[in-house]
Amino acid sequence: MGEIRLMKGNEALAEAAIRAGCQAYFGYPITPQSEVLEYLSKEMVERGGIVLQAESEVASINMIYGAAGAGARVMTTSSSPGISLMQEGISYIASAELPCLIVNVQRGGPGLGTIQPSQADYFQATKGGGHGDYHLIVLAPNSVQEMADFVFDGFDLADKYRNPVMILADGALGQMMEKVEFKEYDPSKRTIPAWATTGKTKDRERNIITSLFIEPERMELQNKILQEKYAKICETEVRYESIQTDDADYILVAYGLSARICHKAQQLLRKNGVKVGLLRPKTLYPYPYKILNELADKVKSFLVVEMNAGQMVEDVRLAVNGKKQVYFFGKMGGVIPTPEDIVNEINKIMKIS
Amino acid sequence: MEEEICLEKVYSKPTTLLDVKMHYCPGCGHGVVHKILMEVVEELGIQESTIGVAPVGCSVFAYNYMNIDMQEAAHGRATAVATGIKRVLPDKYVFTYQGDGDLAAIGTGETIHTANRGENILTIFINNAIYGMTTGQMAPTTLLNMVTTTTPFGRKVEANGYPLKITDLIAQLPGAYYVTRQSVHTPNNVRKLKKAIALAFKYQKEKRGYCLIEVVSNCPSNWKMTPIEANKWLEENMLPYYPLGDLKVPPKEEVK
Repeated sequence: MGEIRLMKGNEALAEAAIRAGCQAYFGYPITPQSEVLEYLSKEMVERGGIVLQAESEVASINMIYGAAGAGARVMTTSSSPGISLMQEGISYIASAELPCLIVNVQRGGPGLGTIQPSQADYFQATKGGGHGDYHLIVLAPNSVQEMADFVFDGFDLADKYRNPVMILADGALGQMMEKVEFKEYDPSKRTIPAWATTGKTKDRERNIITSLFIEPERMELQNKILQEKYAKICETEVRYESIQTDDADYILVAYGLSARICHKAQQLLRKNGVKVGLLRPKTLYPYPYKILNELADKVKSFLVVEMNAGQMVEDVRLAVNGKKQVYFFGKMGGVIPTPEDIVNEINKIMKIS
Repeated sequence: MEEEICLEKVYSKPTTLLDVKMHYCPGCGHGVVHKILMEVVEELGIQESTIGVAPVGCSVFAYNYMNIDMQEAAHGRATAVATGIKRVLPDKYVFTYQGDGDLAAIGTGETIHTANRGENILTIFINNAIYGMTTGQMAPTTLLNMVTTTTPFGRKVEANGYPLKITDLIAQLPGAYYVTRQSVHTPNNVRKLKKAIALAFKYQKEKRGYCLIEVVSNCPSNWKMTPIEANKWLEENMLPYYPLGDLKVPPKEEVK
């Protein structure tokens, strides 16, 4: 491992992108993630990278399409309203199978909403977001360290599967300062993909990047190719953290910032002798259905905690499949739950189950 | 025995144009512009270093006809896609091929900002004053009183505003280096267009900035005319509003 630095989450993510060999960044300022563009505009440009402040998120994501299609390792970042604007382009990128990294530092919505942290874009990130049947690989960091680590993982996964990858963070993770250690990583190992539009040489057929398959049979085939890929991703790339779930009566399920708050609540409850476990998905797509289903055989019930009106809870209910009660506690619109809120919820659940 | 006649081959299709049937309607200008564009690419010897961006519109399948690497962009986003390509491959030739709806309606923002950044790309802009692919709706460049399926009583200023002279607008931007308006309705105009395309690629090589070539074209099918009638209508109605010629040329001292 390398040097330890004290950084904001947004800056750590930006620094990691440079170290991961990101060749080009296209983005548009929006709170609470503008530090990424600001950091890269100096640091990445000085180190030979390409940074372009686009005229909109719509333009940014289409620049990503072009540059990724030309074989470059590329990233864009934004926050909720900006990510909504990108959805058309993300759908095209998913269909054309272009590897890239998209970061959503979520803020409260709907609409212009608030600049405070939120997790209300879970459905948009994990279930599609744009039109058509497609999925992003979605990584959910819960610390400044993971804001950096998941950048390296994200770029590698994008290349491995020719698929867009999203880091789904939130305003608190973007703005908080913590220590971060950048791992050793050699970006020079990456080669320009053979399918990239780099100019048709005599020794190969022309390369075409498109999401247009006008014949329905061909479009169906493209869908089948995508679905097979997603099935393989679900089989091999599920990542989660499991804390004290072995002896647990109750399981807290949360990701990102909510998971950190749940961890504190878990410690408070354990002090009082309540056996609480924490299951934290690190990948939101693919989702850790299997481990949750297995836990359902051993525990009394689940409590899902999110900074939204209840989105991931639907996946937990799918995983548990009626075996046990799945309760939900959420705060909306940029409000963050406290550990005490969660302790109170578990105490209520203990009385009824 | 019949007399042998030796004929000299004076013309053939460029090898950069694939030998496939095009989907364009009879008399449509697209096929001619495709061919001219690919002739220039062949003659300049830049097939290996040219990347094209196709739009959404009638020319959505341009990549089926041009024997070069190409990307298909979302509607209106061709110049953003081209910007992404050009920024990571600055020494390649990059062009977009766009219609009036793509460039001057849904993609106006991208068009203006790409030009204003002075991106070293070429845009071929086909203006036929109508939405061909979706079968004849009003375009931003539809002329006043012109009948389309969405202006059945003719385009009226009160309802739809004025035909957008976006090429004139782009010519005002410092990032735009070479802006010209051409057509393909006569052989002479085809020759002029070819010269303009070659010039634009030369400027791109010299990294001079954004080049825009508008091609005033026709749409016999949706104008509901024969090809000959369409070209006559183009001359009598389109050209007075969209006059041919250069709108912005490089300062004399810069021209080598």
